[in-house]
Amino acid sequence: MVSDVYPRPFDERRAAGAAERRGILGLDPVLLLATLGLIGFGLFTLGKVTGGDIPHDPYFYVIRQAIYAVIGIALMLALARVDYSRFRELRVGLYTAMIGGIILVLLLGQATRGSKRWIELPFFTFQPSELAKVLLIAALAGFAIDRGRRVNERQQTARLLLMGFVPALIVFLQPDLGTAVTYVVITLAILFVAGVRWTHFALLGVLLTAAVSAVLLIAPAIGHPVLKDYQQERVTSFLNPSSDPRDATYQINQSLIAIGSGSKTGRGADSTQTENGFVPDRTTDFIFSVIGERFGFVGAAFVLSLYALLIWRALRIMTLSKNLYGSLISGAIAAMFMCQVFVNVGVAIGIMPVTGVTLPLMSFGGSSVVVTLMAIGLLQSIYVQARLTSKSRADLLR
Amino acid sequence: MFSERERPLMPAQFALRVAILSGLALVMFSIIFFRLWYLQVLSGDRYMKAAENNQVREITVRAPRGEVLDRNGHTLVANRAALALQLQPTELPRSHRKRQQEFARLGQVIGMSPDQIQRQLREQTKELPANPVTLKRDVDHNLVYYLRENQAQYPGVSVQHVYVRSYPNGSLAAQIFGYVREVTEEQLKEARYQGLVPGDQVGQSGVENTYDNVLRGIHGMTRVQVDAQGRPTGGVLSQTQPRAGDNLLLSIDSRVQAAGEAALGAFGNPGAFVAMNVRDGEILGLGSAPTYDPSVFTKPVIPQSTIDHIFSDEAGSPYTNRATQGLYPTGSTFKPITAVAALESGVLTPTTTIVDGGTFTIGGLSFKNAGGASYGALQLPQALQVSSDVFFYNLGADLYSHEDAQQHWASELGIGDPTGIDIPGEGAGLLPSPEWRDQLYKDGDTDRPWSVGDNVNLSVGQGDLQTNPLQMAVAYAAIANGGDVVRPHVGMEVEDVSGRAVQEIDPAPQRHVEIAPQYRQAILQGIHMAAQSPGGTSYPVFGNFPIPMAGKTGTAERYPQADQSWYVALAPYPNPQIVVAATIEQGGFGVEAAAPVTKHILEAYFNVHEREAKAAGGKVPKRGPIETPPAASAAPGNPY
Repeated sequence: MVSDVYPRPFDERRAAGAAERRGILGLDPVLLLATLGLIGFGLFTLGKVTGGDIPHDPYFYVIRQAIYAVIGIALMLALARVDYSRFRELRVGLYTAMIGGIILVLLLGQATRGSKRWIELPFFTFQPSELAKVLLIAALAGFAIDRGRRVNERQQTARLLLMGFVPALIVFLQPDLGTAVTYVVITLAILFVAGVRWTHFALLGVLLTAAVSAVLLIAPAIGHPVLKDYQQERVTSFLNPSSDPRDATYQINQSLIAIGSGSKTGRGADSTQTENGFVPDRTTDFIFSVIGERFGFVGAAFVLSLYALLIWRALRIMTLSKNLYGSLISGAIAAMFMCQVFVNVGVAIGIMPVTGVTLPLMSFGGSSVVVTLMAIGLLQSIYVQARLTSKSRADLLR
Repeated sequence: MFSERERPLMPAQFALRVAILSGLALVMFSIIFFRLWYLQVLSGDRYMKAAENNQVREITVRAPRGEVLDRNGHTLVANRAALALQLQPTELPRSHRKRQQEFARLGQVIGMSPDQIQRQLREQTKELPANPVTLKRDVDHNLVYYLRENQAQYPGVSVQHVYVRSYPNGSLAAQIFGYVREVTEEQLKEARYQGLVPGDQVGQSGVENTYDNVLRGIHGMTRVQVDAQGRPTGGVLSQTQPRAGDNLLLSIDSRVQAAGEAALGAFGNPGAFVAMNVRDGEILGLGSAPTYDPSVFTKPVIPQSTIDHIFSDEAGSPYTNRATQGLYPTGSTFKPITAVAALESGVLTPTTTIVDGGTFTIGGLSFKNAGGASYGALQLPQALQVSSDVFFYNLGADLYSHEDAQQHWASELGIGDPTGIDIPGEGAGLLPSPEWRDQLYKDGDTDRPWSVGDNVNLSVGQGDLQTNPLQMAVAYAAIANGGDVVRPHVGMEVEDVSGRAVQEIDPAPQRHVEIAPQYRQAILQGIHMAAQSPGGTSYPVFGNFPIPMAGKTGTAERYPQADQSWYVALAPYPNPQIVVAATIEQGGFGVEAAAPVTKHILEAYFNVHEREAKAAGGKVPKRGPIETPPAASAAPGNPY
């Protein structure tokens, strides 16, 4: 596999220069801009769409979301000031906390729409499976390096897979298909960046394909369905979206009509699909439909550009990182964002099965916003540390 | 390690994987962009059409208005569910030709000519432009199905479940209820009608208006998915259930009300009565004749002839509530009020004797007893018993020198001011005073200032005095109950749909007036004798009444009309529960018209016929026609 310390891909000149030129706490300005842009546009969209939801309180959702965003930004800035490398030492604790949190939800979480994801706290409901995303990334990246040289490669791969798939299985049982998929993607991304052999990946691909077909086709056929009815329906219905307008395909159909009718520049206040309740969950899972209908291709492209910027910076920071741990974390975060954007938008535009994944920083929901901003905080920390290292090294050489 | 200019090299393996990850992102965004391009730019029009086919129609589920019940729970005002065929003017085709075609099609189906439809549309939107226009009520279900199936051909036509007020007792208590109609544009701006939309029904008068917020329910709403033509496509997006209005219990006793209205109706002249609990001001009966059928207001369009009739003076203005809006002099029924003023201001004691020689002369003017009678030496009770005018002329003249004592006490007892009853439109009446007349004189609106003659006239309820049965009932109630000037009310209790009381209506008295007990006693004794001692003015009517009671006749001159007949009764004597005040326009002597009406009301209240029947051990006799009182000449006393 790879060594703990390897020749760093690091552009010292540019990083050092950037730090001196634009000194906003030494953060990556492009990443910061993309983050604030998404939060701002998300609040704007939310305000447009929920203005009439709560009588006499048109800013009910916006104010709440803004509070979550402020908490998230505070955590992001705090994380950016910390050297992320320390989390590597805490990997066992982080992993235990993560598993503990999602098991706790299974035990005492309350049921919403047939799935248990929330823990009721005095002031808000907290979703440990969201926080588990960053915990899983920090812990798994640590384990990936930890076993680097001592264990043989196949065992190492299997161990990491197991560590990633166990929480995926637990949230899948909650049942929360979308988050389970995200965990799997995170795990695969860490293995991929850590340099697992191509042959292992090929084998993994075959196994995953087999598992999915087993779940979707064989298990129901022999009378032991693994997916709940609504999941089965959601996951398979996108293959033939027009069959029956009154069940699971209904959502995809309505979302397609919403986005399609937005045309080039959107329908603005004349929107009907997302305004009149044809598209469900318009503040969370289907918020992209709102963007598509209200702001058209122009608006959707704008939002997607901000995500492209975000993901590009994550991939860039992956190459700037001072150590492998940072590269693994930023690679996993990049993959997580890619997965969430692709799956969420993909559902709205009818190319992915309905899985219930949030659109980072846009969907209404405290846990999602705060955790996404924490992940961005980790990226900033990696950027800041890389810049500091290069600066001190440059000083040394001078 | 590295030179500053040298670009550090990534391990080939790592670089490749970063490149693959970046490529994956590129592919991902490309797919999304191309898909969006396809959906929004290339197929935008097609999806726009689909969105237009995906409309929502909000169907209002009307809440039934609360019922109005009497104090015993008998229904007075109920609801009838009806299917109404309505036109929504805003949804009709814009072009005149298309509109005419639709009216022609619709006319054939519902049996109306296009012109008739056009006329209805014009008339019903004249004042309320956004209002749904009701073409027909109680339409056949088959028609409903036909229209639903062919909705595309009939834009703007709908069939609504509506609730229509129904009055199981016909015209009974019509003036109390008032009527319910569409909310007007002006009303929609008022705070109390906040949240209503054009087409909603609100109480426009009577208790329907006073208690509108209680009676009015909250409409439910069903949001259904419809296509571009407005045809439901089967999806119900959301639903809120209507909340029925609360029921209103009136303090009215149907038997008392019916007896009063029947007696008034049988007499035939315009008139009014009030029956009220003397302690708390609960109205047991309140009626005005002539009356009208309140259900005329439930028609989508009220024929002009009906409106003309209800409001016309020729027909006696049936819409007017004479019990609260009438303006009449009271004649001798005012004497007890004069007595209170005289006793309390010290010009009279219960044992003061005044000699009635048949004539009273002051300032060169001569006032005579009606009918030219003379009663000799009288004390207050006897003066009330025989209704001596000369006795009270003396008091009036004496009170002239006591500043405004007469006006003060009459006003304290509630004469000349609205009582605050919960039926809108109450009249204030007029209590003439020196200030009032002197101001008129100053303005040149009358030929003379206030003089002693005005006091003399007021002492017997003549002159400029204008009041109504309700104010008289309140004044007598105050004398009877020890000085509480009650606030009369017909609303008694609010119940929710399940019959649970949610609100008691029990307003506090307007004020308390201190009247010495011995004075009250003397007055009550006098009017008890007037009703039930031989020689009393209403002895011919009440002499044999089984319940001891007190009552005062009144015969007021209303030139050029014939005399206004009055009667006010308190029963049972000496601790009255109920006050009844009745008046009949051009009814002549109090004992001839108003007293018999009052008797019927008291009979109903005290169940006199049932009692007598029980005492006789026989069957309850059917109530006969109104008894004609004995002729005035046969009466032993003064009939005035």
